[in-house]
Amino acid sequence: MIELLEGRYVYLLVLVLLAIGLYGVLVKTNLVKKVIGLTIYSTAIYLFFIEGSVVEGGTAPVILDGNSDPSLYVDPVPHLLILTAIVVGVGVVGVALALLVRLYRIHGTFDESVIAERLSGREPGPVDPDDPDAVARGEHA
Amino acid sequence: MSQLPILPLLPLLFGAVLAVLAGLWRPVAAQVVAVAATGLALVFSVAGLLAVVPDGRITYEMGGWPPPIGIEYVLDPLSAFMVTIVALIGLLICIYPVDAAFDLSPPKGAPLYPLALLLLTGLTGVMLSGDLFHLFVMLEIYAIATYGLVSLGGDRGAFAALRYLLLGTVGSGLYLLGVGFLYFSTGTLNMADMAATLPAISDNPAVLGAMGLIVIGLALKMALFPLHIWLPDAHSFSPPGVAALLAAVQVKAAAYALVRILYDVLGPAYLDTGGLPVSDALVWFGLAGVIVGSVLAIRQIDIKRMLAYSTVAQLGYIGVGIGLATPLALIGALLHVLNHALMKSGLFLVAGGIIQRTHLKEIPRFAGLGKRMPWTMAGFALAALSMVGIPPLAGFWSKFYLVWGAVEVGNWVVAVVIALSSLLTLVYFLRLFEQIFVREPQEAVVDEATEPSGRVVATVWVLGIAIVLVGLFTATLVGEVIAPIADRMLG
Repeated sequence: MIELLEGRYVYLLVLVLLAIGLYGVLVKTNLVKKVIGLTIYSTAIYLFFIEGSVVEGGTAPVILDGNSDPSLYVDPVPHLLILTAIVVGVGVVGVALALLVRLYRIHGTFDESVIAERLSGREPGPVDPDDPDAVARGEHA
Repeated sequence: MSQLPILPLLPLLFGAVLAVLAGLWRPVAAQVVAVAATGLALVFSVAGLLAVVPDGRITYEMGGWPPPIGIEYVLDPLSAFMVTIVALIGLLICIYPVDAAFDLSPPKGAPLYPLALLLLTGLTGVMLSGDLFHLFVMLEIYAIATYGLVSLGGDRGAFAALRYLLLGTVGSGLYLLGVGFLYFSTGTLNMADMAATLPAISDNPAVLGAMGLIVIGLALKMALFPLHIWLPDAHSFSPPGVAALLAAVQVKAAAYALVRILYDVLGPAYLDTGGLPVSDALVWFGLAGVIVGSVLAIRQIDIKRMLAYSTVAQLGYIGVGIGLATPLALIGALLHVLNHALMKSGLFLVAGGIIQRTHLKEIPRFAGLGKRMPWTMAGFALAALSMVGIPPLAGFWSKFYLVWGAVEVGNWVVAVVIALSSLLTLVYFLRLFEQIFVREPQEAVVDEATEPSGRVVATVWVLGIAIVLVGLFTATLVGEVIAPIADRMLG
């Protein structure tokens, strides 16, 4: 087991980060902490790709002196993929933050269970001014 | 016509941009752009389907970079079949009137049609992509559009969208990790290239790990039981038109990716002897989803929530068909992708029509609607009977092929459960039938209700007629299109 991890301790870090991120998403009740967990989880995946591309002693993949031996260069493809994945991830986190702002404006809390309880209809909550249905039904806080 | 693989995607993508601009000018212009874009996409995808059936394969190199370096778009019968379904349902949703599709008064200036077109772009991209990483990007594009669309459903919609976002991103993250394992094992991202490399390294544990991660990630995206927990909220709190899009085509994109990666990239060899019981897991979790989804659907009062749980059950059938891994069962699964798209979008559009006219969502208050909206409810009856599996409607045939496939491999449990689950489906639709067709109107809103607007009836009827036609010509459809796909994938 120890030999397996020797020289691959970054993968261990990736695993730990994945676990922390998933814990945040699945267990925390504060919605902001869930989103933070999500970013940790995505970052772990980015790290995994970057670590996988490493070539010991390799350099940037610009072919010099006509020497195209692949063992001299770091694999550029994962870098490219992760650049794209980071952009995608920023988009997702942006949408998540926008939804958080909207929920916080209505409910004044980030606690998932409180919001869920209010939305379940068992306890009257504040009316969403953006929700035409609720306004039409004449619900009031 | 080597551009055919990219052509269905372009009108949707540029339509999304155009619809933003058109919507700034007049909201109705955005809908016109959306109808034109999806109509064009439908024309191109039908042309693509006709060009590749029964056994063709057209590829398109993005930016002129040949694969495996560049991104490749592949049009083969499977992707053409799926893209045609997406374009057809997308066109009908865009024709459907905006007040019924997006609830009575969507927030002013909300980019409804740009988001819907972006969703369709992502779905089409998933189905046409020949590159595993490009598939991930398209998966996220349609997912982001979905979060925006679900959040249009008011306060509850926003909460459901956030929960869906958290789980959906975890799912696509798992998929991305799996793609990473595959890339580091094979050094390529192109599906065809990878399929050629993989058999040589079939004992590599990294490939098995990748298979596990990808299957779990896509099952989460596809809402396969027990990873379906995000679906009922997201589908029942989003506006009816959005729910129809999500249930009919959005969840199917992940099902398509599962079929493509399991059968085309990894190949049946991994499925049978790979050491990971992926196919068994798909069959048994699919069956559990069929039972749990149907039982929970029986308990629901809200019609959209009932339809959402019914979607969980129907996706179970597709999971079973994929997992059984025989040509007959795969035919059943692919046929069910088409049939469920027609039936469930029809049912959601009927629900949208009811909400448009009466503002009612609770089934017990529907009493007597059949007498006030005879045309809409006739369309509803067609779709519902097809869901139950009454021959010769379309829904019967997909279950028939699934049962046949299960019997062929001697899996009697699957055959019996699928046959019995039709009874469960009957139970939850019987309640609706009783309220709508048997009872007299009791509520004043029902008594005063009239037929929903002409476009609602028209779209519902197009879907109803499609259900009848698919049912009557199943043999032709299977023989010409679906059977060659299944044979090629599992042959």
